[in-house]
Amino acid sequence: MSYLVTVRVNGVEHTAHIEARLLLVNFLRDVLDLTGTHVGCDTSSCGACTVLVNGQAVKSCTVFAVQANGADVTTVEGLAKDGKFHPVQQAFWDEHGLQCGFCTPGMIMTTVALLKKNPSPTESEIRSGIRGTLCRCTGYNNIVKAVQAAAASGRMP
Amino acid sequence: MTMVGINESVKRREDPRLISGQGKYVDDIRLPGLLHLSLVRSPHAHARIKRIDVSRAAKHPGVVAVFTGADLQEQLGSLPAGWVVPDLKQPKHPPLAVDKVRYVGDAVAAVVADDPYIAADAARLVRVTYEALPGIVDAEKATKRGAPILHEGKADQGGAPNNVAFDWEVNGGDYAAARKKAEVVVKERIINQRLIPNAMEPRGVVAQYEPASGQLTMWTSTQIPHLLRLLFALVTGHPEHKLRVIAPDDGGAFGSKLYIYAEEVITGIIAKHIGRPVKWIEGRQENYLATTHGRDHITDVEICGDKDGTITGISCSVHANLGAYLSTFAPLIPTILFGIMLVGVYKLSNIQCKVRGAFTNTTPVDAYRGAGRPEATYLVERMVDRFADAVGRDPVFVRRKNMIPAFKNGREVATGVKYDSGDYKKALAMALDMVDYRQFKAEQRAARKEGRLLGIGFSTYIEICGMAPSAVAASLGAGAGLWESSLVRVHPTGKVTVFTGTSPHGQGHYTSMSQIVSSQLGIPMEDVEVVHGDTSAQQFGTGTFGSRSVVVGGSALYMSLQKVKNKARKIAAHQMGVPEKQVEFASGRFVVEDVPDKSMSFPDVALQAYHAKNLPRGMEPGLEAVSFFDPENFTWPFGCHVAIVEIDPATGEVKLKRYVAVDDVGKVINPMIVDGMVHGGVAQGVGQALVEQAVYSPDGQLLSGSMMDYAVPTAEMFPVFETARTETPSPTNPLGVKGAGETGTIAASPAVINAVVDALSHLGVTHVDMPATSEKIWRTIQDAKSRRRNGRKR
Amino acid sequence: MVTSDFEYLAPSTVAEASRLLSKYRGEAKLLAGGHSLIPLMKLRLAEPKYLIDISQVKGLSGIKDERSAIAIGAATTYAEIESSALIRRRFPILAEAAGQIADLQVRNRGTIGGSLAHADPAGDMPAVVLALGAELVALTARGTRTISVDRLNVDLLTTSLRPSEVLTTIRIPNLPARTGAAYKKFENKASHYAVVGVAAVVTMGAGGVCTGARIAVTGAGPKPVRAKRTERILIGKELTPSVIRRAASRAGAEIGDRFNDDIHASSEYRAHLTAVMAERAITEAAARAK
Repeated sequence: MSYLVTVRVNGVEHTAHIEARLLLVNFLRDVLDLTGTHVGCDTSSCGACTVLVNGQAVKSCTVFAVQANGADVTTVEGLAKDGKFHPVQQAFWDEHGLQCGFCTPGMIMTTVALLKKNPSPTESEIRSGIRGTLCRCTGYNNIVKAVQAAAASGRMP
Repeated sequence: MTMVGINESVKRREDPRLISGQGKYVDDIRLPGLLHLSLVRSPHAHARIKRIDVSRAAKHPGVVAVFTGADLQEQLGSLPAGWVVPDLKQPKHPPLAVDKVRYVGDAVAAVVADDPYIAADAARLVRVTYEALPGIVDAEKATKRGAPILHEGKADQGGAPNNVAFDWEVNGGDYAAARKKAEVVVKERIINQRLIPNAMEPRGVVAQYEPASGQLTMWTSTQIPHLLRLLFALVTGHPEHKLRVIAPDDGGAFGSKLYIYAEEVITGIIAKHIGRPVKWIEGRQENYLATTHGRDHITDVEICGDKDGTITGISCSVHANLGAYLSTFAPLIPTILFGIMLVGVYKLSNIQCKVRGAFTNTTPVDAYRGAGRPEATYLVERMVDRFADAVGRDPVFVRRKNMIPAFKNGREVATGVKYDSGDYKKALAMALDMVDYRQFKAEQRAARKEGRLLGIGFSTYIEICGMAPSAVAASLGAGAGLWESSLVRVHPTGKVTVFTGTSPHGQGHYTSMSQIVSSQLGIPMEDVEVVHGDTSAQQFGTGTFGSRSVVVGGSALYMSLQKVKNKARKIAAHQMGVPEKQVEFASGRFVVEDVPDKSMSFPDVALQAYHAKNLPRGMEPGLEAVSFFDPENFTWPFGCHVAIVEIDPATGEVKLKRYVAVDDVGKVINPMIVDGMVHGGVAQGVGQALVEQAVYSPDGQLLSGSMMDYAVPTAEMFPVFETARTETPSPTNPLGVKGAGETGTIAASPAVINAVVDALSHLGVTHVDMPATSEKIWRTIQDAKSRRRNGRKR
Repeated sequence: MVTSDFEYLAPSTVAEASRLLSKYRGEAKLLAGGHSLIPLMKLRLAEPKYLIDISQVKGLSGIKDERSAIAIGAATTYAEIESSALIRRRFPILAEAAGQIADLQVRNRGTIGGSLAHADPAGDMPAVVLALGAELVALTARGTRTISVDRLNVDLLTTSLRPSEVLTTIRIPNLPARTGAAYKKFENKASHYAVVGVAAVVTMGAGGVCTGARIAVTGAGPKPVRAKRTERILIGKELTPSVIRRAASRAGAEIGDRFNDDIHASSEYRAHLTAVMAERAITEAAARAK
């Protein structure tokens, strides 16, 4: 069976006929060609697929696209505004918060959500806040620094 | 515009793409008419394939084709070992199993469909009838009489009797004599557990074949595009010059993408067969079964010496688990990269090391970050602590007492290799300063009085890096050269493209190599492009592994840059009408000595080189240079890492409180990048020490088969890492660099376990195997307490 | 990994959801946050033909003050519970426990009702709700039924909810004066589920003696259970460290020989952790009860 869904992604409305079982992450990657959102596991563990749905960070590998019908989705591709990086993106760059870059979109989206909930987190709040997103390259050291830098930037929207 | 030099923390040039979702990983490749491949994998660790019925799968709507091993046996060939130690048994390794499966995850059939969801559905419809056989997962038990045999037949018929792949040894001095004379001998059985690499991007392949030209193009998540092309050609007979391998952005590897894999051959050959592009993307649970694992040693080790703290010898006997088949570098890891490291940084002159490589019904084992060196370092650094405890001395005292004194230009050690340069005491001293050892010991004593368990652990490690000297490597079994190449192409406007044979997956080569160019040619980094990971773009290359890229590849680049500079200087001198020796190159300009206003910029010269209207007689036009660098020796980074832990006495949970890393990786191109690699390496080493372990049931089921069961460390596990460096340049390459990709992983696990043991030492605990899980530590504490109680009773 | 295909149904009322459940009896599953169900479907351990998405059903989510209790809609997410001012004021243990579940992203999707109905033996919410003595309201086409949380958990992944019942509300009655509550969890390092978790709700009388205690254990055995032996030891006593320790040491009594045993923890270690977590939870609950 095919379902008609309308999802607003990065401010643009998209309508498509999809299978019920199509995961939101595959909708974003394969239907809309927004390949910035990655898949790193099968078990909702790694967080590489994190996007914002109605402003909240979710693991898009554990949401069916039909569940997002009518929702407002933001992916890493939608963060920069007017050709300027989002302060979280900028902080990840400035603080060397990434190496291979695969977890990065998910980590950045997780951070955006974390800082929205808690604009000036302590180090331990940052570490527990990002524990649902795994990075194998950085030991999280500079990711924590990047989150701190973004929080301190005074540029968070 | 950034003019940068060496040893500058420049922000990474690769990042703007990666932070904005513009990275291009294998799964991001889109091609018209792309088909999707899903593999049917064995649920049995060991079984005969009686029958494969693909009829239902083949009829499933959307399925294009289904293949079994028997269908493609000829084309798929057999995956070879790329490193051959003496008397290595090399059983066949068909990419799709033909008559027998040997581990859970062994591929038996491939389903190709229009859509990945359909391919996955149809794979479930393939019916395979197996005759289950008993399996074996323990490397020591596998070689005992009566164990199930994985590769039947005599050694010369492709079999591996007793599941033994090889027996390898290295000796130095006279261990038996040293042991006889020794006042103290300490023995231990040490398990270095199996790990799953867990690169965040699982593997993937896209293959496209153009029948008219015979050209096959493969995008694959690999660390070794050129070696892969060579191996693919050798395995399948597909002509090497009609194969293009592209390594696009790669989401981490840590050694796990360093081989020719079954899926690369299967996807490539099926794309060729069908004549349409085919994509295979590994799922995470599939990754746990199908991508190589690391470590998995069982070792009986012994260290000997005198009561004054002098260590005289070390001996070990290892059972190394190789898994079901030989992965490409499997024979190298537990032998050379392990055995020759047993000297550590010590004046140890008597070494004895025997390694038996065993086949078991498990996922193949190969390099995982550090690859052999973490296993060796763990043994040495653990046993140095055991020895210190046995002679009643402080582990720092024993380390210092036995350390090789500083040297600048080569020192041969008992295993027959020559360290390049080192100042081990200096790194130790710096780490002791940073951690304030005396203060900590006082804190520890006070804490113990309150029932709190604090511990400190040291690891004064050394590693072998910069995988190169090809002739040496070949004499040790390498099936390919290990030099590296670079081509520097200066464009007429003075912009530069670098073609490097290295193939990064997070190491930041775009930035580091741009820095090297900028520092040598005096042009801004923005004027440099670095092209890697595409066999149609670069001359041959060896790839990225073993902390070799800047050491070997960076040096090759440096050499090309000198050639370019020299030619440019000749052109400049000619055009300015002065002898070449009067022309100096500074800040991107060729300046005539003592005539500062007579000069040409580098871009001016580049334009002249291409315009070719006025070149020195006999000079070829153009401005580019290629170099192949093959150093005379490896590099030997070293350092001292210190871990401080606190253990919850009630639950046994270990918390890492502080971590200090002093590394000496020689000269540094980009300190920020080096620090970042140290952080990541340390995290992996700590992960091994505390939480990570691949667990098999005795019959070969992987029980830690997903991220819900295998603990990949989260941010909560770590404190802020404190890093520092000493700098002892390597004399083996023009940049003086040593390589920085693996230091952390190699150093961290013994530092952490030494700290755990230190925290429990007052209870009489002398060793704990990794991972130091809460339960294991709780039991250790219980056992130690009951030993004490019983001791008192007696 | 992909799930098998299914038909997606999105009713707008609970009654309709219940009607669909009975219509497709045995072939349908309710989908709330999906964070227990979708992973099982990817593994094909669950292959429902119909998924009834109740996230859009009106009145199923949200937190209401009923004065003598608070009523939490079954589809309320952990994140909503964690950040609710009402819950933080009235039942801080719930917010604390919700904040320990999985991770930030999962807490934005996972729901309290989903957790209770799925009955994962290592879930956090079932233990906390059990210790708080909640009442559960379930609805079918024929009407509503109120279930005491003490009767909810039947066995591994099995509750007393009937096939066509939709859990709608978790009602948590006010706690008596001088009551403190705490949840202590020893976490699985990979999954973040509880290896063992203990929720303690302790009431102190005016004379400094414990007058009421509800202790619930999760992760240790096949289902969350009350540690009644422990409760009996506590009640009527001054909660000195030694009393708490003695009581906590019996926290596994109801689990008996049914402690879970897996690669993460042996049954013996789980039994030990049960006592340790119980001691910590009771100690903190007692401290808060003053």
